[in-house]
Amino acid sequence: MTTIAELPPGFADKVLSAQSTFRSVMDAMARPGAVQRIVPVAGTPGAMMRGTAAIALTLFDHDTPLWLDARMSESSDVLKWLKFHTGAPVIQDSSIASFALIADAAALPSLERFALGSNEYPDRSTTLILQVEGLNAGVAFELRGPGIDGVTTLHAAIRPADLFERLRINEALFPRGIDVVLVADDAVVAIPRTTRVLSKGSR
Amino acid sequence: MNAPAYNFAYLDEQTKRMIRRAILKAIAIPGYQVPFASREMPMPYGWGTGGVQVTAAILGPDDVLKVIDQGSDDTTNAISIRKFFAKTAGVATTTATENATVIQTRHRIPETALGPNQVLVYQVPIPEPLRFLEPRETETRRMHALAEYGLMHVKLYEDIARFGHIATAYAYPVKVNGRYVMDPSPTPKFDNPKMDNCPALQLFGAGREKRIYAIPPYTQVVSLDFEDHPFEPYRFNAPCALCGAENSYLDEIVTDDKGGRMFVCSDTDFCEERQTAGHHGSLSAAPYKEKAHG
Repeated sequence: MTTIAELPPGFADKVLSAQSTFRSVMDAMARPGAVQRIVPVAGTPGAMMRGTAAIALTLFDHDTPLWLDARMSESSDVLKWLKFHTGAPVIQDSSIASFALIADAAALPSLERFALGSNEYPDRSTTLILQVEGLNAGVAFELRGPGIDGVTTLHAAIRPADLFERLRINEALFPRGIDVVLVADDAVVAIPRTTRVLSKGSR
Repeated sequence: MNAPAYNFAYLDEQTKRMIRRAILKAIAIPGYQVPFASREMPMPYGWGTGGVQVTAAILGPDDVLKVIDQGSDDTTNAISIRKFFAKTAGVATTTATENATVIQTRHRIPETALGPNQVLVYQVPIPEPLRFLEPRETETRRMHALAEYGLMHVKLYEDIARFGHIATAYAYPVKVNGRYVMDPSPTPKFDNPKMDNCPALQLFGAGREKRIYAIPPYTQVVSLDFEDHPFEPYRFNAPCALCGAENSYLDEIVTDDKGGRMFVCSDTDFCEERQTAGHHGSLSAAPYKEKAHG
């Protein structure tokens, strides 16, 4: 049995670490495709990467129901760590989750299973926190949309390989939709629902 | 005596998390007003409680804060808010637009072009552009959901029918990213073109009405108009009396009770920079030249 003393730690400085992490995520959301770094360090239970743990400590609390994928929830450390440090309820029904943590992106469920918001309240949607292999090299994606000056190119090793094809549902759904935050270690890239993929190159 | 202890930037951490989540959604849905649980702040509604909460949620110790009220760095509202954050967050403050990383504003956008490393935070009194046309929140919410903005065009048309031109001079409605009609807060319509394709992130906070909305950088912002009555930014046709600028937004200042008046830049930092650089206007030989304010 894990005791609290054995759990990986949270932020050493809760206030300033959360602020710094939030600014990285805000900049990522405001400039889709651009890689931002998360500086503050926290413990990383189970399958959780550094960036994911920092985002969890920054944005999750008792108001944000969480949905975890099988890889993330298989470790009781993750559940205990989230419960102790954030107090966020972990739920089974992905359609009412504020955030979804996905460690095994290859097994990403159909996006329709998450909350997409309503036309009146499009903000009541699930934000996906998707752990990926890398955000500095890999397949080239040309992105366009608000926050991007013309066109930007994201090089990323992402699974599922058809992630951006799946995110096409955002075009028809807008203003409803799914916002995605990609995490690879301490690197984050956000793909809000307004971002469109123009082309996908090879490696 | 114990010194009063504040949490960094005044707000407690749970409140900041809630506001931060709202800001992220606002950026993801440009122009959509995200409801948030606005807190009571140690200042009255109408003094920028929404903008202050947004600033408090994003501000870090490395930020440099500038606060303007109608373009001015040295009015009561601007000074109070600047001191508030200097005290509760210990951040550096400035009046120079290009040195600031976070600029909180009431009713103006600085004349100096903003850069990609800056965030502009607007104080918003009434965030709903349709509110004076339709008082029911349930109805305006549905109108936004259906992108049903005919009523706004009727309002602008009635201006034309009555006055011969679109007489709306401030809080001039804009459409963001081709979808949401948004109130740019009571900025003069002179400032509307600066919002379009701006490299800086623009965040809007309405404290009393409990709404946060945003324009991401490089986002299309179009002022509503008609083909035969295109949008025109208004500016009084005169140079600034202090710095001679011909392209800045001007305040009218009454100088006596005999109809005397002068027109000066509303952006005090812009005006002072120009005067320092040697530009002069018709009245710039002021006998009492104030030192730079702090």
